[in-house]
Amino acid sequence: MSALRRWLVSAFVLLVGRGRRPARVQRAERIVPLEPPSPRAELLVLALFGAASTCAVGFVVVYAVESIPHQTQFLGLSLGLAFAFLAAALVLIAYRLVVTEELEEDYPPPAHPAEQEALEQLVEESGDRMTRKRLLLLGGGAAGAAIGAALITPALSLGPIFEVAPFYRTPWRPGVRLVDERGRPLRADEILEETFYTAYPEGADREELGSPLVVVRLQPAELHLPPGRDGWAPDGIVAYSKICTHAACAIALYRKPTFPAVEERPALVCPCHYSTFDPARGGKVLFGPAGRPLPQLPLEVRSGGELRAGGNFSGPIGPSWWGVRNRSAS
Amino acid sequence: MRRLLVLGGLALALPGAAAAQQSNAILFANGKSLYAENCLSCHGVGGRGVPKPTHGALDIHGVGPRLRGVGAMGADFYLRTGYMPLQSALDQPTRRHSPFTERQIDALVAYVGSFGGPRIPEPHPERGRLAVGLRLFTEHCAGCHQVVAEGGYVTGARVPPLKQATATQIAEAVRLGPYLMPRFPKSQISDRQLDSIVRYVEWAKHPDDRGGWGLGHIGPVPEGLVAWLVAGAALVGVCTVIGRRIQE
Amino acid sequence: MVGGPQPERIVIRGLVRYVDERSGGASFLRKALRYVFPDHWSFLLGEVALYSFVVLVGTGIYLTFFFDPSTASTYYHGEYQPLHGAEMSQAYRSVVDISFKVKAGLLMRQTHHWAADVFLVAIALHVFRIFFTGAFRKPRDLTYFVGLSMLVFALLEGYLGYSLADDLLSGMGLAIGYSVLMSVPVVGANLAELVWGGPFPGTPAFWSRMYVAHVFLLPILIATLIGLHLVLVAARHHTQFGGPRRTERKVVGIPTFPGYAPRTLGLLSAVTAVLFLLGGLVQINPIWLWGPYHVADATNGAQPDWYLGWLIGALRLVPSFDVTIGRYTLIPNPFWGGALFPMLVFGFLFVWPWVERRFTGDYAFHNLLDRPRDAPWRTAIGAAVVTWVGLVFVAGSADRFFVTFFVSYGWQIWFYRVAVWVVPVLVLLVTRRVCLELQAGERVERERKLAEAEARRAAEASP
Repeated sequence: MSALRRWLVSAFVLLVGRGRRPARVQRAERIVPLEPPSPRAELLVLALFGAASTCAVGFVVVYAVESIPHQTQFLGLSLGLAFAFLAAALVLIAYRLVVTEELEEDYPPPAHPAEQEALEQLVEESGDRMTRKRLLLLGGGAAGAAIGAALITPALSLGPIFEVAPFYRTPWRPGVRLVDERGRPLRADEILEETFYTAYPEGADREELGSPLVVVRLQPAELHLPPGRDGWAPDGIVAYSKICTHAACAIALYRKPTFPAVEERPALVCPCHYSTFDPARGGKVLFGPAGRPLPQLPLEVRSGGELRAGGNFSGPIGPSWWGVRNRSAS
Repeated sequence: MRRLLVLGGLALALPGAAAAQQSNAILFANGKSLYAENCLSCHGVGGRGVPKPTHGALDIHGVGPRLRGVGAMGADFYLRTGYMPLQSALDQPTRRHSPFTERQIDALVAYVGSFGGPRIPEPHPERGRLAVGLRLFTEHCAGCHQVVAEGGYVTGARVPPLKQATATQIAEAVRLGPYLMPRFPKSQISDRQLDSIVRYVEWAKHPDDRGGWGLGHIGPVPEGLVAWLVAGAALVGVCTVIGRRIQE
Repeated sequence: MVGGPQPERIVIRGLVRYVDERSGGASFLRKALRYVFPDHWSFLLGEVALYSFVVLVGTGIYLTFFFDPSTASTYYHGEYQPLHGAEMSQAYRSVVDISFKVKAGLLMRQTHHWAADVFLVAIALHVFRIFFTGAFRKPRDLTYFVGLSMLVFALLEGYLGYSLADDLLSGMGLAIGYSVLMSVPVVGANLAELVWGGPFPGTPAFWSRMYVAHVFLLPILIATLIGLHLVLVAARHHTQFGGPRRTERKVVGIPTFPGYAPRTLGLLSAVTAVLFLLGGLVQINPIWLWGPYHVADATNGAQPDWYLGWLIGALRLVPSFDVTIGRYTLIPNPFWGGALFPMLVFGFLFVWPWVERRFTGDYAFHNLLDRPRDAPWRTAIGAAVVTWVGLVFVAGSADRFFVTFFVSYGWQIWFYRVAVWVVPVLVLLVTRRVCLELQAGERVERERKLAEAEARRAAEASP
């Protein structure tokens, strides 16, 4: 009971007591050297603590009052300033209210030869009962490796690691209709020159890399598609995968010249690394880092005038990988 | 300002038509002479275009596209944005202060409009919906103009930011496809949808910067600069204060 | 005044006894409180990184209370008009809600993001300091390797944070990351399938994988490595610059207590202050402006956060070529810029201590730091590598430079393609020269002083 009272009294005096420096209990030697007090710095530190507290309270007020506009700004300002004042107070304490000693200390010894020796001995002598050390080590190593491999094996469930077929798969099949973002079928006669259209396979998942197409119309005379793509571009309408063969961003740019005599030819561009593809030449790379052409989708127009896929892409869509087969539609 | 010029017989039927007709005639004449001085050398006589340079003849020494069919819409857009006149046909037109006065532009628009072509569109952004605008802008425009219309790059051209574009100019550009920009027809973007796009672009001039200073709404490049030059510099400054060498 | 011992002494004594009698740590604590911190501002950069990490963890925990790592599709019907009725993932929607609906949520989100950017700024500056002063030499090479590993994990951690929000930029960033992983020779496609659970955009479980990596695996890993880093630093003690009494055997500085504690707490407060001020006043990654990601959408000039900017620069600079055999592609293009380039840079950083030992034959212990001029080859090679990476980094924003300053992009790319090979060599030669000249200048100065002293002695002796 009396201990508790002593603690309470001590705490009270500690908090509000001030004034004369109390006489120190005599000790053999000081650890921290004595330096003169700095009452002005104390006042300043108190003021900074006060400012920090005010800002922190301000934060709570801003949080509580709904009607304050720019709430995020005032929250950040009040909390940030609270910490800034706290930082200033602490730095001031470091410089003016505590002693800045300059101590010397020995660097730890670079090595402990005797201990190293003992460690070596310890490990060596521990194996003295074993006669076939190498074989045991080998066996132990093998067991460790096997158990390690066994433990790692379930990680294969994360994905179909040995199958590359999914990378070749797309939802496009002969006869699948092209629809726009709102699901309306695209008609060949609606596709005009000098603009570009985004199309998806009807009824398929649009978030697959193989789904989105970019469709443009060019003058049939301007088309120079690679051999074997006859009839892929009815009325000059060409369709390419909208996914860049470089890094899988969407080909969301189509440039077309207003005055072809002096301006750049029509091209499809990826906005990530500016790979530029020529829609008139089977998606050939004109500029930028892409290493292979944009895969083209054969188109056909049946009765009714709707655009349909005439097959699958001219090559695998999206980014390449080790051993990817090009120039083969699957 | 951007009044539609009503030419021909229709004007006769309207009250005050005679006066209007006369002022239109003056406008047309002014436009014709301004055209001859400033545009003819590249766009040819009567807006027929100059596909190849033909030296000497009729003061034509540049090259330029036909203006037949661009209508008042094309002339209004290219002149009021300062895209035309161009120093060299090889330059990309960029927005600047037009050397022509408003009246001169009215005159040129009247003259070029007389070659035939679309009228100046009248968008109604207040009829559009912001959310529809953002969706359509992302689908058709953001690839080049950046999703908050801060501009960008397409191989071969600088894509302008749209912060200074007026509602009319945005609508005109969508239909015209200036320079390398695609030309979006009504069958692809309806007038209703265009209203939404215009509304979004107008909104994007002052988007919702709830987080504070917007840094130009172009993402990580200016953010990185702030991280290095503001935060990095401030904290290195604090370090030099705290880590000051002990006075010997 | 109360009679008997002073009140604060009672409190202190009580505390010390409590701790010592239960942990036996009095002697350890006494040593720890008198541990000496050498004084140079550049020794504090690592602490700035540490305190940024503290803020990252604090704000990050707050964000996990509101973030929903799910790709399930939903429609937005909140207060933000431009997204009204938009289809988006739960993940993106929850980040929009953190920004707009959760009180102080935007402050915490932005502070978290700024803290990530500043964390890596501080690490980069710290690595520069360590490298150019030779602080990585024995006995601190292990400390250095632990630090570099943390940098690698910090980059990955930042990338995952940027990707989790599922906004337009993060989706594009993931597509690029996927393509880079795919491009790794031989096993790229298999690795991508493991990570994503199938072709991009992967299984819905992919989001849960990213999330657990971002909020659990990597933070724990980084925190463990921080602990190891600090233990190693303390075990071998801080390095210092040479000077009076500062030798290979004796370290001179301010003790933890009372001198250093308020300084370092002040630094912690200052870092927190800067981050919260930025978090409240400067907008970062306004995902509501970018909109949700869909595979078929893209925005111009998409960029990663600054610390991955060097990779986008490299991806853009590499000319168009894949390594192919017949109709088979072996090494696709993104490998060069996205994988090989960072491997070279980190490879350089990791093998440098070994290379330096090998070429200088200096296998000794070093507690004193070099000034950059003291090791001309190291400084010159370091400056050349920094220039190399720096130029590639700047090339990554050539498109924005074009928009703002009208300098043709294609022209800039060709300039950088040449400059990244030429300029580092020039920087190497110039830096080495400057170091040698500085050394020579000091030598002359020293000799002059020596001669003067001699002359004075002679003058005093002669009359």
